[in-house]
Amino acid sequence: MTAEVLLEHGLVVASALFAIGLIGVLVRRNLLFQLLAIEIMLNAAGMAFVIAGARWGEADGQVLFIFILVMAAAEVAVGLALLLRLSHRFRDLDGDAVSTMRG
Amino acid sequence: MNLLFYISSAIALLGAALAMTCRNAFHALLYVVVSLLAVAGVFFSLGAAFAAALEIIVYAGAIIVLFIFVVMMLNLGRSAVRKEDGFLTPTMWIGPGVLALALFVELVFVLIRGGGSTTGGLEVGPKEVALALFGPYVVGVELASFLLLAGLVGAAYLGSGARSTGGER
Repeated sequence: MTAEVLLEHGLVVASALFAIGLIGVLVRRNLLFQLLAIEIMLNAAGMAFVIAGARWGEADGQVLFIFILVMAAAEVAVGLALLLRLSHRFRDLDGDAVSTMRG
Repeated sequence: MNLLFYISSAIALLGAALAMTCRNAFHALLYVVVSLLAVAGVFFSLGAAFAAALEIIVYAGAIIVLFIFVVMMLNLGRSAVRKEDGFLTPTMWIGPGVLALALFVELVFVLIRGGGSTTGGLEVGPKEVALALFGPYVVGVELASFLLLAGLVGAAYLGSGARSTGGER
């Protein structure tokens, strides 16, 4: 037994989650929080795929969710390695600290 | 099950909002874990059990744990929280909030004009997903493996370089 909700409700929830992540990326200046907000946005995009897949009862939505998952995992691995590198170099996680780099 | 969908959605949105307004990085990560588990509940209620399991295992179990390891390595203390307090003045929220709200209203406006169809109520199990993944989407699987290899090499290079050249300043 599964839920039969309006497609719009699910997509509105996904949009709201995406908007929250967007606010996070724009407001926070700490790079760790910005990466976290990007994770929330990617999660919202995957959620929209799964909801659309559930609307037509097809597996394609979940397949694309898996691809988004893989992309998020690769992105976060490289992003956190860069973050550690930056924190070693500047002793700071502020995104503005990087603007002093030359070349 | 409809109730499960709505309650899980509310928890997911609340968790994400609290994470984005939280000063302490560790508390924010725990809020995000709650949000991701609630999204897994949404997937389960919609009959996408395999996506729900992956959400818990990969997102909450692997990605957020990676974040937690990094936060522990960075050893952010009270000074980081105070610094965040300095950044997060109430006026900072106005511009991004208005922009994101405009985007959200636009999306809702487009979505509301849809046909009013409901989700199918069909369960799409792991078998269907696997048949689609290794059937028509097999090229995507190969590309995903390239991407993971590139991420692995990039993370290993950046991680090993942090020790040798980190102290040059």
